[in-house]
Amino acid sequence: MMMPDLMPAIPELVLAIGALVLLMVGVFVGEQSSKLVTGLAIGVLALAAVLLILTTDDGVTFNGAFVMDPFARLMKILVLIGSLFAITMTEGYARAEKFDKFEFPVLVVLATLGMLMMISANDMIAVYLGLELQSLSLYVIAAINRDSTKATEAGLKYFVLGALSSGILLYGMSLVYGFTGHTGFDGISNVFAQGDAPVGLVVGLVFILAGLAFKISAVPFHMWTPDVYEGAPTPVTAFFAAAPKIAAMALFMRITFGTFEAIRFEWAQIVIFISGASMALGAFAGIGQKNIKRLMAYSSIANMGYALIGVATGSQAGAESVILYLMIYLAMVLGAFACILSMRRKEGMVENIDDLAGAARTNPVMAFILAAIMFSMAGIPPLAGFFAKFFVFNAAIEQGMYGLAVFGVLASVVGAYYYIRIVKVMYFDEPQEGFVSIPSELRVVLGLSGLFVLGFIVFANPFIAMAKTAAKTFF
Amino acid sequence: MSDWPLLSTVTFMPLLGVLLLLTVRGNDEIARRNLNNVALLTTLATFIVSLLIWVDFDPSAIETADSPGIPAFQMVEEHAWLGSTISYRMGVDGISMLFVILTTFLMPAAIYASRYAITNRVKEYMIAFLVLETFMIGVFCSLDLVLFYLFFEAGLIPMFLIIGIWGGKRRVYASFKFFLFTLTGSVLMLLAIMAMYREAGTTDIAVLLKYQFPVEMQTWLWLAFFASFAVKMPMWPFHTWLPDAHVEAPTAGSVILAGVLLKMGGYGFLRFSIPMFPVASADMVWLVYGLSLVAIVYTSFVALVQEDMKKLIAYSSVAHMGFVTLGIFTVTVQGVQGGIFQMLSHGLVSGALFLCVGVVYDRMHTREIKAYGGLVHRMPWYAAIFLIFTMANVALPGTAGFVGEFLILVGAFKANSWIAFIAATGVILSAAYALWLYRRVVFGKLEKENLKSILDLDSREKIILVPLLILTIFFGLYPAPVLDVTAEAVNHLIYNYDAALKAAADVASAAR
Repeated sequence: MMMPDLMPAIPELVLAIGALVLLMVGVFVGEQSSKLVTGLAIGVLALAAVLLILTTDDGVTFNGAFVMDPFARLMKILVLIGSLFAITMTEGYARAEKFDKFEFPVLVVLATLGMLMMISANDMIAVYLGLELQSLSLYVIAAINRDSTKATEAGLKYFVLGALSSGILLYGMSLVYGFTGHTGFDGISNVFAQGDAPVGLVVGLVFILAGLAFKISAVPFHMWTPDVYEGAPTPVTAFFAAAPKIAAMALFMRITFGTFEAIRFEWAQIVIFISGASMALGAFAGIGQKNIKRLMAYSSIANMGYALIGVATGSQAGAESVILYLMIYLAMVLGAFACILSMRRKEGMVENIDDLAGAARTNPVMAFILAAIMFSMAGIPPLAGFFAKFFVFNAAIEQGMYGLAVFGVLASVVGAYYYIRIVKVMYFDEPQEGFVSIPSELRVVLGLSGLFVLGFIVFANPFIAMAKTAAKTFF
Repeated sequence: MSDWPLLSTVTFMPLLGVLLLLTVRGNDEIARRNLNNVALLTTLATFIVSLLIWVDFDPSAIETADSPGIPAFQMVEEHAWLGSTISYRMGVDGISMLFVILTTFLMPAAIYASRYAITNRVKEYMIAFLVLETFMIGVFCSLDLVLFYLFFEAGLIPMFLIIGIWGGKRRVYASFKFFLFTLTGSVLMLLAIMAMYREAGTTDIAVLLKYQFPVEMQTWLWLAFFASFAVKMPMWPFHTWLPDAHVEAPTAGSVILAGVLLKMGGYGFLRFSIPMFPVASADMVWLVYGLSLVAIVYTSFVALVQEDMKKLIAYSSVAHMGFVTLGIFTVTVQGVQGGIFQMLSHGLVSGALFLCVGVVYDRMHTREIKAYGGLVHRMPWYAAIFLIFTMANVALPGTAGFVGEFLILVGAFKANSWIAFIAATGVILSAAYALWLYRRVVFGKLEKENLKSILDLDSREKIILVPLLILTIFFGLYPAPVLDVTAEAVNHLIYNYDAALKAAADVASAAR
């Protein structure tokens, strides 16, 4: 028995050991430990991110079950950034809302560990282990505010639907295993290389994609999203909206672009459908929303639809565009939730869109950044969101997918309505009582996000280059 | 001088003003005055620098020595931007240069006109206008399709805010309608831009102008660009956002909307639709003629029955833009030059008319025609200036409006005499609604009680209106400066268009 090469998995090891240590710290220090554990969790996540940036050990290890490549590295960094900022943003919320449970940061670290596993998985068993570690942590986090009926409802709903989707995923995996005799991705793609693709494999792939579509909340597997987004405490929602989406999308890409590349035309049809359906539902269902967290849920459904356009192309440009889309999406969504977390009056948090009325006068800086993020999400140049959509649609046009592209841009016009409605509420309506002063950690996130959204036009090239390097992994 | 990036300087100068505005604190009388002054000085400085473009511009510069030679884009700048193919490219030719000057010229007037009309959130107001100016100039200067789209679309944000924050009662409805209408048209153009990129492998406008797109592709591309420009222009039946936007927008917003933003549609037709998709343009020319004629005749009638002064001028803008599209799509020297001239003169005249409405609106806070009458007794200066602009709107010889419409009608006559005949009725109708408006507002007895104390133009208003007036008459009497500058570019446009059509016809007959 040879010891596997651990170097490619160092960040995962840091997170795993870190999570266990944090748990110990939490248990031994007791009720007052939440602040300490939060700080330590931020440190652990940051350490993992730094290790990822510094190390260059690519390769396959654990008997081919774990792979580290440029794509995985970039996606892991994005996930870690998402988790890191999500934990950071809980600080002020925890203080004001008595949300001081040390389990939260520990669970976030564990979920992040699961996500990193998903991104690096090169074997269906590894996929499943990573996915379930992530999902189970997320179910608990969703219901962490256990005195609130809404939060428990959200947690339960998430759990039941999530378990169903895991079942579907497992069923698909068993079919793929049955028809190929392999669980490893390399083995499966070798089967394609030999030239035969049994129908059962396609059926298995359909089930796998359905299971993953649930995780990225693409239509028709999106039902849990609005309720969970609304029911979960806001910092939790911020976490849900960013990191898990990126991890699941990365896994989606590894399976489609990597393992099942050979049957591109089969899976492309499915992806085109869920992409189109997500864009349409995200655009139309968001119009009537009054709660801003619920609105963000529909917005994220639509955003995943746009990202899936890039997947549907199956081309290198498509892969690049998805990666770029995820980077920009991450920056926008973290900024948006930093704004939502700033919506606090003396009585407590508010989360209706109407509560933003006149924010341009009471909280000008925050309103300006939220407006920029909203225009950006609507895809209006010169903001970052425009470039995200630009590259995705460009990839689609390059592959001659005109129908999906036209459908997508028209859906984006419909979606623009609810984004600019938020701007309208903040800028056109009469001001109400202002929000209490924004905690400094939210200011940092707001500033960074605003800088990214406004400045992307100038410093786009390094990001495009990063996406290019990562996308080369598959081609 | 030639190495200095003049176009970028002009484009981004207003943003420097924005930085200055951000340093002004407070919201009292003095702060407001400072904000106004900073914005005004910025726009004036931008205007003066932009004049250098005209000075440096060489109307006879050609790129190659063919007959007729391809007029070169001048003051070209190029920097790497997105990836390897999409660059930051700026440059002007005879057509776009004039629109840059028009923009920078109208901006100080718009800013100065807002001095006392806008009292709340002055800082945001001025910032929105200066940002808008950058985007507008960028549209006319960009030599890269993606960059063009970026500026074209980005202008929506400040204009949306200007209408929505400082507008009238139905400002929310108007701003959303403006935003969503324009966005819908533009996104289709974006896809067309990507398709062109896929086909030609570049987004460099100068290269694309020489690229021959396959005939079957041209139709789709043309339609996608048409969707955007027809909404922006606006052409009947896509014009319904315009009256709402005009009525609700503050005076300066209307001036810029009518003066510059509408011209982006016409500029787009000239820069992209006709030279890049000549075969499709020839196929679709009857669609454009039809919509233009409906616009000219129908919206003129609609203008007749309006009770709101701004709405009336807005509908008259639609009619005048109908002339522009008609002229441009005749693709004759007269028609195209007339179209360009009409756009410039309409920029001056409609801008001035909106300012004139603003003058009385600032005093009486109503734009209803019924609320006025007999203003000539109290406001002789106003009556005189308003009269000249009304006449220019009617296209009276001696005013800038005449030159454009006359040339367009000559061009239309060359294309088809019936079209010219129908379009000419528009001139009569425009006289009907414009003169009737003038009579109801200015002439008659001064009966309304609250009008008896109305004051004539103050010196600020004269300073704004008189330069517009001088230019309107100057270009009416001596249009040569404009026509000379555009001549080379227009000749080339038409030469290429005819050549492309001939080539397509040869291919078709060879296939037969």
